[in-house]
Amino acid sequence: MSKKVKALPAADSQANSVLREIMAGDPVRIGLSILLGFIIGGIFMIVFSEDVVDSWSNFGADPNYAFSAVWWSIQDGYGALFYGSIYNFNADDFISGIRPLTETLRFAAPLIMAGLGVALTFRVGLFNIGATGQIMVGLAGATFVSTRLELPQILHMLVAVLAAVLAAAVWGIIVGILKARFGAHEVIVTIMMNYVATALFTFFLREPAFLLEANGGGTPKSDKPADTARLGALLGESFNLHYGLIIAALSVVAYWWLMERSTFGFRFRMVGHNPTAAKAAGIKVENTFIWALAISAGFSGLAAANQGLSISGGLTTSIEAGIGFDAITVALLGGSRAGGVVLAGLLFGAFKAGASSMQVAGVSPEVLGVVKALIVLFIAAPPIIRAIYRLPKPGPKMIEAMQKAEKVSK
Amino acid sequence: MSKVEVTPGLFSQAEVKPSLKATIAMALISLVVLFSFGIFGKAGDVRFVWSEKREVIQLPDLTVNSMLFCTVIASLLIALTLLSVVFNRMKKLTPIWLTCLFGFFAIMALLAWLATGAAQGVQMIFILSNTIVLAIPLILGGMAGIMSERVGVVNIAIEGQLLTGAFVSSVVGTMTGNLYVGMVAAMVAAALVSMVLASLAIKYLVEQIIVGVLLNVLVIGITNFLHSAWVDKDRVNLNFPGTFEKIPIPLLSDIPIVGQTLFDNRITVYLMFLIVPTLWFILFRTKLGLRARAVGEHPLAADTVGINVARTRFWWVTLGGMVAGLGGAALTIGNVGSFGREMSAGQGFIALAVVILGRWQPIYVTLGALLFGFTIILRVWANQVSPGIPVDFITMVPYLVTLIAVAGFAGKVRPPAASGQPYVKG
Amino acid sequence: MKLELRNITKRFGTLVANDNISLTLEPGEIHSLLGENGAGKSTLMNVLYGLLQPDAGEILIDDKPVKFSGPGDAMASGIGMVHQHFMLIPVFTVAENVVLGNEPTSKLGRLDLGAARKLVKEISDRFGFDIDPDALIRDLPVGSQQRVEIIKALARDAKALVLDEPTAVLTPQETDELMEIMRGLAKSGTSIIFITHKLREVQQVADRITVIRQGKVVASPSPKASASELASLMVGRDVDLEAKHKPAKIGKASLVIKDLTVLDDRNHQMVNGVSFEVHDGEVLAIAGVQGNGQTELAEAILGIRKVHSGSILVSGNDVTKSTVRQVLESGLGYIPEDRKKDGLVSEFTIAENLMLDGSFTPPFAKGIQIDFAKRNEIAKDLIQRFDIRTQSAETLAKQLSGGNQQKVVVARELGRELKVLVASQPTRGVDVGSVEFIHEQMIAARDSGKAVLIISTELDEVLALADRIAVMYRGKIVGIVDAKTSREKLGKMMAGIAA
Repeated sequence: MSKKVKALPAADSQANSVLREIMAGDPVRIGLSILLGFIIGGIFMIVFSEDVVDSWSNFGADPNYAFSAVWWSIQDGYGALFYGSIYNFNADDFISGIRPLTETLRFAAPLIMAGLGVALTFRVGLFNIGATGQIMVGLAGATFVSTRLELPQILHMLVAVLAAVLAAAVWGIIVGILKARFGAHEVIVTIMMNYVATALFTFFLREPAFLLEANGGGTPKSDKPADTARLGALLGESFNLHYGLIIAALSVVAYWWLMERSTFGFRFRMVGHNPTAAKAAGIKVENTFIWALAISAGFSGLAAANQGLSISGGLTTSIEAGIGFDAITVALLGGSRAGGVVLAGLLFGAFKAGASSMQVAGVSPEVLGVVKALIVLFIAAPPIIRAIYRLPKPGPKMIEAMQKAEKVSK
Repeated sequence: MSKVEVTPGLFSQAEVKPSLKATIAMALISLVVLFSFGIFGKAGDVRFVWSEKREVIQLPDLTVNSMLFCTVIASLLIALTLLSVVFNRMKKLTPIWLTCLFGFFAIMALLAWLATGAAQGVQMIFILSNTIVLAIPLILGGMAGIMSERVGVVNIAIEGQLLTGAFVSSVVGTMTGNLYVGMVAAMVAAALVSMVLASLAIKYLVEQIIVGVLLNVLVIGITNFLHSAWVDKDRVNLNFPGTFEKIPIPLLSDIPIVGQTLFDNRITVYLMFLIVPTLWFILFRTKLGLRARAVGEHPLAADTVGINVARTRFWWVTLGGMVAGLGGAALTIGNVGSFGREMSAGQGFIALAVVILGRWQPIYVTLGALLFGFTIILRVWANQVSPGIPVDFITMVPYLVTLIAVAGFAGKVRPPAASGQPYVKG
Repeated sequence: MKLELRNITKRFGTLVANDNISLTLEPGEIHSLLGENGAGKSTLMNVLYGLLQPDAGEILIDDKPVKFSGPGDAMASGIGMVHQHFMLIPVFTVAENVVLGNEPTSKLGRLDLGAARKLVKEISDRFGFDIDPDALIRDLPVGSQQRVEIIKALARDAKALVLDEPTAVLTPQETDELMEIMRGLAKSGTSIIFITHKLREVQQVADRITVIRQGKVVASPSPKASASELASLMVGRDVDLEAKHKPAKIGKASLVIKDLTVLDDRNHQMVNGVSFEVHDGEVLAIAGVQGNGQTELAEAILGIRKVHSGSILVSGNDVTKSTVRQVLESGLGYIPEDRKKDGLVSEFTIAENLMLDGSFTPPFAKGIQIDFAKRNEIAKDLIQRFDIRTQSAETLAKQLSGGNQQKVVVARELGRELKVLVASQPTRGVDVGSVEFIHEQMIAARDSGKAVLIISTELDEVLALADRIAVMYRGKIVGIVDAKTSREKLGKMMAGIAA
């Protein structure tokens, strides 16, 4: 008997079809998922709004007020999200009015870069949750260059970015080797590598010989990056938006070219869909895994550079800001395609940008965490959305139609 | 016509040498202990403290020369390494007991080296009892992992289940004023999370790893929101449960070393003592367990003998969620005394690693979890006895051990064959 | 026990797998269900075993209608099944496998393995099986695993036993032993449904025969019917696949295999010191029962399986240690035995599949970019030349029929410059029309001076294509003979008896 007992070929192909459904991501279902996510998030806001609770406990006294309180709680919450992430109509001038949108772009940039990294591994058939660790070591690399080396303007920044990419890539290669040469499952390896990377980065930040700030105290914190290495402001000093956005845009183009146009991408996708056929077609599947993980980590390294080189003070591990984990949801929501990842990154970037204005409006921005999780869960689990909206199930009918088409052509 | 001679090929096995990886790792560690801790170790004495002041029976402290002690240990380690070579020569795998014994000695040497010259010495009771308390969520999370992976469902959502348990036990415990109610509520809530995973994975065939990851994100989102928008606004009435009382077991708790570490604990620890062997018994000695393992190895075969694969998977995964929920309760009402934002802090992921480390066997998984619990307390303790030591490296150790294990250095790790694979009836 | 299937119909979408099938099984008889692969035999048995629900028709036991909602019901009624792919758990012991689902227990729900061992021992002794109850399944040879399956059924008091293609994985010797076992069982009163497509076996043991073709019962011939009679009933036409083609113009030896030894994943020596040569302009066919090392031989030639010892030369170059890519680039074309696993990416379009092994070099690659214009041009050409029935080159491979999928593989491999073609089971699961087309392509490749190695378990295919035939048995070449060798003699060779 063979070592790996497959459940059933039918089971396999059906599971794949679900994954494909996620990857294919038809716009209607995505739209409905997002809508439903916001609706449920709204319910959370209503139920835990103090005004609503007060007004409903005095429902008899003023029923109108009770209903309007419900409406206001949602308007407060999602209104603040809009003002904080897209355009602030209360602002005095256009510059401060459009500021939220630039903030969204600023927050979206690293999510997109790391999201592309995770997306790449998805398409090679790997489930990589290691972006967090790759960003940590990338940060270590970028920060070492930006705080400990003296180089001319621009060159300093480029070297720092390169250091981040290389450091992260090394981290990815380790995962690749453990996967390809030792057969370790990448999920568990990347989780462990995340912790090791975080500990390692903390160690560097603690050590005067590496990254600890000059005259530093007991807390692990670095100096601020040298001005020569910083990612400069993109739209002048009145906005926080910096050149990281340009790097993100270039990454998107690079990713698209790599996956859709280049022969590397062709082989990556081949391995992702059918590794045994790839092997028979002369592709070294193990090496492909290693390459994919290295390049994927490189994208995470760009996200690290974005974080480490845009900060105005010294940095700690908190600079990672959950980007590595968010990258997974970005990649899933974006269907692992360049365009999808951009849109998903923008949505989640808007969530991050709008959080502070929601806080000001008295609505806990944590509700966005719920919305985010629900949206991606609905997308990843098409049956839920189909059940809720009573959509028809794709399947036998479509296949029949295709078979008919094939017969007609004969 | 002559019959072709039957070749030995088809039904005989070409010789396979058992891997030397484990032995090599042991040799390296032995050398590190010998040179870094022993011959070139720290000069001075180390004091082992076996009893706490409040105990009835007091064992005398043991004070030894650190370098001498570590050198002696190192020679024991070398002996064990040689024994492992012998096993290898006999074409056998290094047995688990040998690995465990090796680990125990290596840890003693490390403790001695760290505490050399420190006034408080090696406080065994402090270290051991904290190891157990800190390992409880990992052990119970690990049991949840075993319960679902043994039936073929990968449960990445353990993290979310721990967090659910922690949150619900704290809030319900505070609101009802009864911690036992809180504990049961935690188990029910975490089981609900499991049910979502189980139905999506089993009925709707959604990729299990993806659902697991997303359930974690969802639980983190919900608990963060409820924490900030609700619980945190009225901490006293919503998030102030306190912890279970410690229940010393008469007589047993007076035994030196063992008594204080094992038999003077909270209910959560005792429940763990109960759950681990029970799970082992059910899995390997009863028909329920045989069926569960059959489902995880070859669901179609199980189906053909009349076992309901979907139902078996659903209930094992759900019950696993309950156990993880208890682990979550152990974080709050079993240890800290209140819920904190994202307080499971990745322990659910570590539990997953421990499941692999322990090869899907309850007892070994428990040992693996104890190793993690130990390093958590070691980090704290090492900083006290030996300031300036790079604690971040201590933090890394269990993760590195896991990496080494999954890379096959500790023998071939073989998960249940159908783990992660959905089953569709033909 | 008397068992009757009455007017069973089972559809999968538009496909009618079983069309109004009826058959009866009397106590103590061996009833052979004969049919080609895909005729609907396994579907029928899955209906009988409760794994599938029929769309129409009923099952009767001792003339009383019964309804099975799952295998549990079928077993409870005394039906046992030995599946084509064993339903055994490799990491469990024999005893554990036998009692699974029907476990003897003592106090506390504790598993009574002692009782299980006794049960296995008892049945094993009764029929002379010689099975150790404590052996792990994965350590047992295939023949013994099959006996465990039979014990499993008997332990559940099966009165009627279904054996689904039981000999597919057995050596001829094991097959003979199985025939003995079947006769013994029948004598002791167990009824047996014996599903197969091998005529010799049917003639050997059957008391009654039912032939199924395309989901329908086509005949119930007498057990004394001749092999050719049975064959034509099964295939539905007079079997005459002998292709008429020109005599071979033999050139130099382009594929040379010397003393080749190959191990399988579990280090079993599957290919054992095999040597042969394939010359330009000839077809050498390797015949043999499935599982005698052919798969490993093909994989070793391509380089996806490591060569243990010996050497492989492709047009003079030693490729024994080469990578798959080097082997392919040395001018070897490869048609794998399982196209879905090794030959196609079903999620890719036809155009993408046609460049599967060409992504490194022109014409498909332009530097490190795909040359889309060239790719589409080549796809269009190959689709036309190899008669791939599709609307466009952008159709996904999985949407094609088996025959068209295989044509994609054939087109890809023959569409580039080749010196040697290695084709494993080139027409498995392919419709008759496509079989002819693919055979023509193989012969055309030969006639254009390529060295063609065909590995097939179908003797008809071997006879239709080969210039010379090598017969493989238990990892060795029993002999290499002329294509005019009689079937009888080849059959003997396939059973290990040298010429």
